[in-house]
Amino acid sequence: MSSDVLTALGALAASGSGDSYETPTPAEFWWPLWGGYDNPWAFTRPSLVLLLSVGLIAWWLVASTRKAAVVPSKGQWITEQVYGLVRNSIAKDVIGSHDFLKFVPLLFTMFTLILVNNLFGIIPPIQYPTMSRIGFPMALTLIVYVVYHVVGFRKHGFAGYLKSMIPGGLPKAVLPFIFVLEFITYYVTRPLSLCLRLFGNMFAGHLLLLLFITAGDYMLLHGSIGMKLVSVGSYAMAFVMTAFEILVEFLQAYIFTLLTATYIASSLADEH
Amino acid sequence: MQLMATTVIGRLVSEGETTPAQGLPILPNIGELIVGFIAFAILFVIVWKKVVPNLEKAFAERAAAIEGGIRNAEEAQAQAAAALEQYQAQLREARTEAAKIRDEAKEQGSAIIAEMREQAQAEANRITETAHKQIDAERRQAVVSLRGEVGRLSTDLASRIVGESLHDEVRQKGLVERFLAELESGAIRPEKVGTDSAGAGA
Repeated sequence: MSSDVLTALGALAASGSGDSYETPTPAEFWWPLWGGYDNPWAFTRPSLVLLLSVGLIAWWLVASTRKAAVVPSKGQWITEQVYGLVRNSIAKDVIGSHDFLKFVPLLFTMFTLILVNNLFGIIPPIQYPTMSRIGFPMALTLIVYVVYHVVGFRKHGFAGYLKSMIPGGLPKAVLPFIFVLEFITYYVTRPLSLCLRLFGNMFAGHLLLLLFITAGDYMLLHGSIGMKLVSVGSYAMAFVMTAFEILVEFLQAYIFTLLTATYIASSLADEH
Repeated sequence: MQLMATTVIGRLVSEGETTPAQGLPILPNIGELIVGFIAFAILFVIVWKKVVPNLEKAFAERAAAIEGGIRNAEEAQAQAAAALEQYQAQLREARTEAAKIRDEAKEQGSAIIAEMREQAQAEANRITETAHKQIDAERRQAVVSLRGEVGRLSTDLASRIVGESLHDEVRQKGLVERFLAELESGAIRPEKVGTDSAGAGA
């Protein structure tokens, strides 16, 4: 199915002269800055954006909390709102008031990094969601993966952790099947879904925006009168989707952080 | 799946759309994966070491300040209530004291008035008595001097009647004195001299 689409797209692109419309493809996301187009080790634009976001977030957080006071300044207040959301609504509520504090730095870093990079998807002149390159969500997911397993092994011991995956009160006969299912959940499904959810949302959202905007451009510049009118609809859709993207971008950052907290909590839990 | 992906890549490559460098969108670019780790690590260390401790400190201080404020307010309220109670007790005490003092003052006042009245009465009595005594003394003196005078007048009168001075003789014999003493003691009845009517009228 996807191969057919890609073939069709490829054919369209290949057959077209300068005037024909070229559908945006996944190739749009490959954007090396240094090292050449064909170099897999090239330094890419999203890498630069990610590093930029780290600098920006770090600067803001340090500047707004360096003189953190009982009565907050405006900047400190804004930071505290975000920090409070991660600390209280995610970490404390999910992990529990006993252990949550040591995971707050991890969760807060995850949330701010993903949120800012997602929002870069619609902020000019960047307009590129970093997380639409799967390498970045994968790096974050691998960190989460290692953290929640290490936490689990530390808490329960090796055998205890494996045992803690199985819910209690089951008949002995089904235990092996449940263990296999839970094992797959812990080691395959969770990391894969965590990574792909973030990547897929950012990738698809950006592709949709690209489609509506480039189509609108093409119809306005090259189409007949009727097509020019339709281009207005295309731009309107781009506008609506941009607004929708803000919601998705925030939501994905929130979900990623919430699931991270959930996985850590389930590794810490005494009973499954 | 793998086969399909390879096919797609192959097609895309053959059509000049893509290169092995960019790969499939769901396969990570190793360079970007490494940058992802580095970026997260940098931000994590900053958040862990700089941001979270400061925010937690502010949170803790805020919680302490609020709790402290509430406790202080409660203490102040309790103190105010105690002070009010004390003031009211003092006020009650002062009122009782004032009433007592007023009663005492009233009693003392009436006692003083009575005493003053008594003193005034005594003074008046004393003055009256003194006056009586003085009057008595004066009367006595008057009687004495009148007696002398009457004697002398009588003697003068008698001398004129007799025609010579009887003073020395009278003095020698104490006649007048004796007569007056007798008169006072009632031994002598006054007798009419001259005409009845004239004598009675005189």
